[in-house]
Amino acid sequence: MIWAVAMATGTVIGVGLYLALSRDLLRCVIGLAVLGNGVNLMLFAAGRLGGSAPPVIGAGEAALGASANPLPQALVLTAIVISFALLCFSLALVLRIMQVGESDDVEALQSAEPPATDPVKPPLEESP
Amino acid sequence: MNLALAPLLVPLATALLCVFAQGAPRLQRRISLGGAVVLFLCAAALLRQVAAHGPLRLTAGNWPWPFGIEFVADPLGAVLVLMAALMAMVCVLWQESDADAAPATPVLHPLLHGLVAGSCAAFLTADLFNLYVWFEVTLICALGLLAHGGALRQLDATLKYLALNLVGTLLLLAATALLYAATGQLNLAALGAAAARLDQAALLPLLGLLLIALLVKAAAFPFFAWLPASYHTLPAPVLALFSALLSKIGICALLRTFGGAFHMAPPLLFELLGWVALLSMVTGVLGAAYHWDLRRILVFHSISQVGYILLAIALDSRAGNAAAIFFTLHHSLVKAGLLLTAALICRQAGHYDLRRVGGLYAARPGLALAFLGFALALVGIPPFSGFWGKYLIVRECLAQGEYLWAGTALLVGGLTLYSMVKIWLEAFWKGHPEAGWQPPAAARLLPAQAGLAALALVTLGLGLCPELLTWLVTDAAAALQGGPP
Repeated sequence: MIWAVAMATGTVIGVGLYLALSRDLLRCVIGLAVLGNGVNLMLFAAGRLGGSAPPVIGAGEAALGASANPLPQALVLTAIVISFALLCFSLALVLRIMQVGESDDVEALQSAEPPATDPVKPPLEESP
Repeated sequence: MNLALAPLLVPLATALLCVFAQGAPRLQRRISLGGAVVLFLCAAALLRQVAAHGPLRLTAGNWPWPFGIEFVADPLGAVLVLMAALMAMVCVLWQESDADAAPATPVLHPLLHGLVAGSCAAFLTADLFNLYVWFEVTLICALGLLAHGGALRQLDATLKYLALNLVGTLLLLAATALLYAATGQLNLAALGAAAARLDQAALLPLLGLLLIALLVKAAAFPFFAWLPASYHTLPAPVLALFSALLSKIGICALLRTFGGAFHMAPPLLFELLGWVALLSMVTGVLGAAYHWDLRRILVFHSISQVGYILLAIALDSRAGNAAAIFFTLHHSLVKAGLLLTAALICRQAGHYDLRRVGGLYAARPGLALAFLGFALALVGIPPFSGFWGKYLIVRECLAQGEYLWAGTALLVGGLTLYSMVKIWLEAFWKGHPEAGWQPPAAARLLPAQAGLAALALVTLGLGLCPELLTWLVTDAAAALQGGPP
């Protein structure tokens, strides 16, 4: 079973990386989100799938039988919420860039670092 | 209430109040400044208490060690929080002046305090997953601050900052997952103790992943592309705050992990970190030598200065860690001072590009003096704080027999001087390129100048009496490697 999860994690991370390296802005952002979910799967698997010793057992209390470690599941929930918020922000950002910049090509996005025209000196920006 | 939580709660409460005061800009600025002052007082009280009585610990939910999420205000965390509070105060004070041309927006102050809250919590937390959460909090606030101007160059910068930093935090999350799977611990001290029992071959990929994640955050050599792509699009006071806080949370995390909990990590990693540090120093300073835009020059120097800090951490010794902490504090204040000076140069002479400015030595001698002080501090010339920072690092390099590393550190200091002389000659010494240029007469610059003067006094004070700080950083470095309570 852990092999299936490992394969799934690897596939999701691979898909995410492929999309994130794309030149299309939207695909790039979706790729980052998929990559995040791949890492979340990894975090999930860190708690093991089958039974394991719970992190805390009080004196004189019995442990549950075949239950996975619940802590990583709590961590995954936190990570999912955070990555969802970031996904929402990045989708809004991409939409705005496509509206203002009129292009969804990552290579065309050069306004923060304009390419050099002179071999020695950097370009002179008009506005300070 | 435990004082260790104050650096988190005060900025969060201020951010919330600033959100409520969105409709009244004057009131919002008052609240923001008040919150920053309260944070500074809390941070000073915290540092005093920590220096007198040792680290303050706070475990969420009263769980037994090491299961609860733990906040530890040790000397390192407390002194970094004090630095963050000082920078927050200077940054908010700048909003009172008209030194920066960027228009004020209602989301600026809440996001600023959110950023400060996230950074302070990241400085204080002793839990690896909690560290990830605070990284994300600062990331989201930083994204808001980058994007809120709305111009295409700012949106472009935001996207690049987002993509590269997100990969960094995902790597950190992956490293956390793998370390948890291997050891069953998240608390840093417990993780260190458990990792020491693993064999080195199993530990190497886990800690390697963690090292790469934190190097992305610290903007070290192959991973720094997000920093020069985005920082120069920010309003000047926010830029100063970013440069003082954001790469420093990566460095603080590196100190807590590789300088503290994992100091028994495979020596290969420290050797690697040393070479990364060397390449960061050299590429950063060469990138700065190419540029003519003041902000870009200074931002590239940040990469080179981060290299010095990483070099000190790579030495893997108590004296090395102490030097790293000293240099981190010095660099945060001095680089912020230089960036704010650059903003005043732009305000007076009309542009950030050195080809468009000049004549400021005759017109504004006070500004020239401030720049000279900060620039000499950055290069490492006495009587400023940079001299002691570099002295501590080079002395420890020589003590460990790393002559190449020490030589490179000194050479890079020379190249830093080249960039600073370039700024001096172009902005202050030569005449202004426009004939008949006059500096703008009436401007409300007093709050800005007061903030800058505070930073200048601190760097001069640290340069004249370094023992104010050296005993504290020695304490901090010793506390880093202390075991469980």
